[in-house]
Amino acid sequence: MNGPFEKLSGQKPRGQDGVSRRDVVVGAALVGGALVVGCSPADLMSAGSKVDIGAFGPFIQFEPDGAVTVLSKHIEFGQGSSTGLAAVVAEELDADWNRVKVVHAPANAKLYGNTNMGIQLTGGSSAISNSWEQLRKAGAGARAMFVQAAATRWNVPAGQITVKDGVISGGGKTAGFGELIADAAKVTPPENPTLKDPATFTLIGTDRVRRKDSQAKSDGTARYTQDVQLPNMLVAMVAHAPRFGATVKSFNGDDAKKVAGVVDVYQIPTGVAVVADSTYAARMGREALKIEWDEGKVETRSSATIAQQWRDIAAGKGPADLKWEAFDSKGDAAVASGGKGAEVFETTYEFPYLAHATMEPMDCVAIVDGSEVKLIHGSQAQTLDQMNAAKIVKTLPGSVEVETVFAGGSFGRRATFTSDYVAECVTIAHKVGGGRPVKLVWTREDDMRAGYYRPLVHHALRVRLDKDGYPASWRHRIVTQSIMKDSPMPSKGPDGSAIEGTAGSPYFKATPIVDAQLALPEGGVPVLWWRSVGATHTAFVMEHTIDQLALKAGKDPVDYRRALYAKAGEQGARHLAALNLAVEKAGPTPAAGFTRGVAVHESFGSVVAQVAEVKLVDGQPRVGRVVTAIDCGVAVARDQVAAQVEGGTCYGLSAALYGEITLTDGRVEQSNFDTYRVLRMNEAPVVETHIVPSGNPPSGVGEPGTPVIAPAVANALLALNKTPTGRLPFVRAAG
Amino acid sequence: MTSTLDINGKAVVVKADPETPLLWVLRDELGLTGTKFGCGMAQCGACTVHVNGDPVRSCVTPIAAVAGAKIATIESLGGSHPLQQAWVKHDVPQCGYCQSGQIMSAAALLAATKSPSDEDIDNAMSGNICRCGTYQRIRAAIKDAAGMVAAPVVAAPAAAKPVASNDIDDDIAAASGSTSRGVGQ
Repeated sequence: MNGPFEKLSGQKPRGQDGVSRRDVVVGAALVGGALVVGCSPADLMSAGSKVDIGAFGPFIQFEPDGAVTVLSKHIEFGQGSSTGLAAVVAEELDADWNRVKVVHAPANAKLYGNTNMGIQLTGGSSAISNSWEQLRKAGAGARAMFVQAAATRWNVPAGQITVKDGVISGGGKTAGFGELIADAAKVTPPENPTLKDPATFTLIGTDRVRRKDSQAKSDGTARYTQDVQLPNMLVAMVAHAPRFGATVKSFNGDDAKKVAGVVDVYQIPTGVAVVADSTYAARMGREALKIEWDEGKVETRSSATIAQQWRDIAAGKGPADLKWEAFDSKGDAAVASGGKGAEVFETTYEFPYLAHATMEPMDCVAIVDGSEVKLIHGSQAQTLDQMNAAKIVKTLPGSVEVETVFAGGSFGRRATFTSDYVAECVTIAHKVGGGRPVKLVWTREDDMRAGYYRPLVHHALRVRLDKDGYPASWRHRIVTQSIMKDSPMPSKGPDGSAIEGTAGSPYFKATPIVDAQLALPEGGVPVLWWRSVGATHTAFVMEHTIDQLALKAGKDPVDYRRALYAKAGEQGARHLAALNLAVEKAGPTPAAGFTRGVAVHESFGSVVAQVAEVKLVDGQPRVGRVVTAIDCGVAVARDQVAAQVEGGTCYGLSAALYGEITLTDGRVEQSNFDTYRVLRMNEAPVVETHIVPSGNPPSGVGEPGTPVIAPAVANALLALNKTPTGRLPFVRAAG
Repeated sequence: MTSTLDINGKAVVVKADPETPLLWVLRDELGLTGTKFGCGMAQCGACTVHVNGDPVRSCVTPIAAVAGAKIATIESLGGSHPLQQAWVKHDVPQCGYCQSGQIMSAAALLAATKSPSDEDIDNAMSGNICRCGTYQRIRAAIKDAAGMVAAPVVAAPAAAKPVASNDIDDDIAAASGSTSRGVGQ
């Protein structure tokens, strides 16, 4: 899940220039190093592919025993989408859900591209939404082929054939899918098969849609990259530079090579690689390396320095050549800057760098034999990985075979424009050559210090209230590094991933004058999308500001929101419905000793409202019950919607309470879970999930549950002690 | 040199240096990959195994320290241990990477404490990190496996609620017609 790609779908331009799908595709193709005129981007990116599809299309296979296999073009890394995708197919196919299994599809941009993006990538909470029509048609199309095959074999009109739970019936005869595969495969697939009326769904939206991978993930047999073991395989570790931007000046690998099990030592662009016959030998070999780094071009700033620079920029004291880009602005900006006294509310917010800190540190298996490349790993962006691998080995991107396996979390980390750790593995496997498999293993410390963090972000706001206490004007400045800087996409307008959630806010819609601008100063710290992307900070800023404005206006924060949503009209309607449901389900009073805070935010097409009950324990926030309402369109897998809300809330709360990557003189200070604290069992809230009834197509689920808890907690603390929260995390490390 | 270890009830001869952490011997030499590498310094619990019944972080345990001891990994539970059944019933796993360690910690807890309180669960499980945030389902599954929750028969989808310690409003669930865990409408 994760990635600021929702805007690419063209569904929600939200006042900024969207980047078109074509831009993405063409730009992405350029990553591959070639642009072939007269050849479609998808053709180009899948050039050389050996992926074959069966008679029933790229997404469905049938076994002779009647079992159905659904091919998921998206990686399963916890979000449950493989189960949901299988359910969408099974629904239209009328398959027996108990006999449906799901596997990862191979890599092929043409067959398995994300329909929002044109490349195969799992992100933007789009797995279900971008596949919804595609897989319904795939299931319905296959069903029609079996119906026609049965009608022909039994000499019964097709209209009299029924399919239920994988059994085809008509004219007094019955058969399973298995018995009719050969006949059905000869039927011409219908171009526009008839889809079910959603009111007649028997699987989607029911509690029968349960995860397909729970058993394998409970008995140790689920296979992750880390678990891949192949004959003659080498394990590689890489010594990375202590500061971003450094390169190897010189190294001595003599002692490393003396470590039992170490096979070789190579310099590669990102450091020095040690290859060995086991993980432990690689690690011991790496410890014996002596490396001198060229630090001529490194990032030397401390995070505190960067934060101060962002503050200065927001206050108008930045470099003269730094560009400000406006978004969602309307009315006279001078009015938003004017006024004084009680009508004016001013504040700033600071957000730290955050590590994704997946349970499985980054890893990859690569096999390179001449121009043949195979990758086995938890790939979040198969097409990018293919193109980056192809560049290294100088082959066609489509010819790079990718076997996607489970990933032990990602939250955005396993999709980078450079395929950073994948490229590192391919580089080493290319040096090893001869088709010998290489597994690259990053330690926790490698993972935490290698960057690709949620960027450090600063917001500065100035809101003038009208005589009734509602915003009359809203001045907003956002300063952050752009996560899209290395994107192959040409940028049009302000980086949507930095402003989404502030941009498009119903509160802006409800405010007559808006002066909102974004500045994107350069930085040497690698930054990346992180579960819920822009909303990780914009939800906090907008929602915590609203409670402070309500406090200033002497109004109840829930009523205050209701009034603003009413002013926003259509743009606030779903927010209002979610808020009302959460408040209703929360009931009249919090648990004894707890104080409530409310927050509502839309991301990835879904609206989430939360009522969080908070108390202070030893001066630190402790969250008890969290009542959630989510409007995510049709909920395909209801229990997985709940699971994602539960998990997203924990992920967001973990960062809000403790998450902070800091740098001193450019060196990352955190290295493992002892210094990068995360939420544990004894701190976990109890999350209740209520789904707003909706007939809309599915929207995002994996990310929208993440960004709402932090402002809900801040709002509870504001209600508790009238103290606003101007920076996260709530609990800061000593010193 | 070689060492002999007692793993999952079998005597196993391994070649690794005695200082090698048990985790890497299990994974790389013996192919028992259910036990996971997460942090390498006993911070996350993904590598939890049992040594003479006690939960131990195999990533910081040299094999020299467990010679002669009875070592049990996730593979020893067989796949249908009551905790594993409860994990499946509650759809606990998301990415799943931490769950072997979670289950081994929970198994040690239940072996020592038949009906653990919330505090017992907190104490036993707080050394195991789950970045997907499956904690409330882990808690519910432990209680279910311990027989502490009146759970419906496992028969397919309808299952116990994920939260036993703090109420999900029964009335809300009933009114909404929801049988799913924590999902109302």
